[in-house]
Amino acid sequence: MAQVNTARLRASNKQAGRKIGGTIGIFVFLLVLGLFMVLPIYLAVVMSIKPVEELFIFPPKLYAIEPTLENFGQMFQVLKSNQVPFSRYVFNSIFVTVSVTICQCVFASMAAFVLAKCRFPGSKIINSIIVVALLYQSNVIYIMQYMVMAKLGMINTYWALILPSIASPMGLFLMRQSIGQVPDAMIEAAKVDGAGLFRICWQVVMPNQKPALMTLIIFAFQAAWNIQAGTVVFDESLKTLPTVVTQAASSGLARAGVAMAAAVFMLVPPIVVFMIAQKNVIETMAHSGIKD
Amino acid sequence: MPDKDNIGRKSAKEQRRYTWLAVKRNKACYAMLAPFMIFFLIFTVIPVVMSLPMGFTDFNMAQSPKFVGLSNYTTLFLSDKIFTQSIRVTIVFALFTGPVSYVLCFLLAWLINELHPKLKTVFTLIFYAPSMANVYTVWQLIFSGDTYGYINSFLINLGLINSPIQWLTDSNYVLGVTIVVQLWISLGAGFLALRAGFQNIDRSQYEAGAIEGIKTRWQELIYITIPSMGPQLMFAAVMQIVSSFTAGTVAQNLVGFPSTDYKAHTIMTHAYDYGWVRYEMGYASAICMVLFVVMFVANKLISKLLSKYMD
Repeated sequence: MAQVNTARLRASNKQAGRKIGGTIGIFVFLLVLGLFMVLPIYLAVVMSIKPVEELFIFPPKLYAIEPTLENFGQMFQVLKSNQVPFSRYVFNSIFVTVSVTICQCVFASMAAFVLAKCRFPGSKIINSIIVVALLYQSNVIYIMQYMVMAKLGMINTYWALILPSIASPMGLFLMRQSIGQVPDAMIEAAKVDGAGLFRICWQVVMPNQKPALMTLIIFAFQAAWNIQAGTVVFDESLKTLPTVVTQAASSGLARAGVAMAAAVFMLVPPIVVFMIAQKNVIETMAHSGIKD
Repeated sequence: MPDKDNIGRKSAKEQRRYTWLAVKRNKACYAMLAPFMIFFLIFTVIPVVMSLPMGFTDFNMAQSPKFVGLSNYTTLFLSDKIFTQSIRVTIVFALFTGPVSYVLCFLLAWLINELHPKLKTVFTLIFYAPSMANVYTVWQLIFSGDTYGYINSFLINLGLINSPIQWLTDSNYVLGVTIVVQLWISLGAGFLALRAGFQNIDRSQYEAGAIEGIKTRWQELIYITIPSMGPQLMFAAVMQIVSSFTAGTVAQNLVGFPSTDYKAHTIMTHAYDYGWVRYEMGYASAICMVLFVVMFVANKLISKLLSKYMD
């Protein structure tokens, strides 16, 4: 019984004591719960393609009788009537999202590596400040942030949309927790080989951190994609997609339908990024199998 | 005892010199920390520090803040009945959604991990998607108080009820409905971090476990998986504390603001009320300070518990 063929185990992606019946049970359980989870999102999609009249049928239908793209059309109509072309909002959103995501991931990874694996004066305090910053929520912070940005002359520029989102304590905390699991021996070995901290971080540690990094990319993208211009930007040409899409949704004729069209439209890019990132995680794990 | 004092002072001086040497030796560490810390200082630490004394002031955003001592806090605890109510709501809410969704996050992340790689991606997306979507309108329609609401029409068709239930305005249901929707969106950051944690576990550990006689999924979970997921479990716990104690937007979007009889009025909603509706920022930040203390204590307790369990 101790004879376990590890090569075959790994190849078939199976572990000890797996009964096919149990796996089917898990699948069915997840499927049922999953249906409940997607139902509201499914309804949102259905509502976005329902004509106005169908919203008020009794009993309410779980599908659209005559699906239409009218709601999306209306949303774009409102967006087109702005004095700034629609492509400008798309550009703004992509520019803001990509810059925030890249900076956040790079900066958080480096800082997390140092905080998880090095002891230096101040490291302990910074580690606990990060968690406190996560827990401290106050609506006064936004006012203070505004005041800081105003002092720096950043109001009504791209900077006001990008810079405040770059240092995310959540992202740092996530990466620090994950990098903490890397064996110290691995880092010591690299040090003996003469590698500097920067190289150890990017060439030794980070290649092993794909699951955490991909998760961070998902969080960062999602948060950045939803950045609203709010009060920090008032030039129409600097506004991002979520800002104008919510405006369009609240001024549409059949408000529910257009609002759902807007929600569905805004949901597509984060889902695409999510799929790419998750696929990446699973593929690398399947290929490398064993780390260190 | 002057002798002892002397020794202490000397070593303090030495300590400072030693620290300075250590700072110099770790230049590379500070360099790698700097990009993050610069932005963190400017946009998080400075605003937070500036906001700390606001709880002791009367600040209406139009005039500069006026120092009023502890009066905000005494009003809060001695005469603000709605605040007392909001504490109760927040605690009930956090006790329900926090642990339930924490267990769900872990359980689902684990079960998904047992499936075929292709299915993993699909199911992770299905459970994570609600936290990405902004579909309160749909929930309003599902729980709508007239017969067009999905739940009402479903129950009427089954003959369980005769007239529609006012899910969103009846004070008996308001908190329950909010909890359901909060649970629906709560498989967020913690869940995804746990999924990543499962992916990160060294497969050779399982192979070694199989050789040493681990026979079932449960044994594997308890003896191999959980002990090597401590950091992710900790992360998920902190995220769960944050999301269950600071909840407020769900209730505001779903059951209105203020909710019927303040039945779904959380501390965060109360702070929103005073800050953005009445512009009493001093009072609002006092409310947030109380919430922070509660969350800080909860965090300390839970990390103690978790680290005890991990060892």
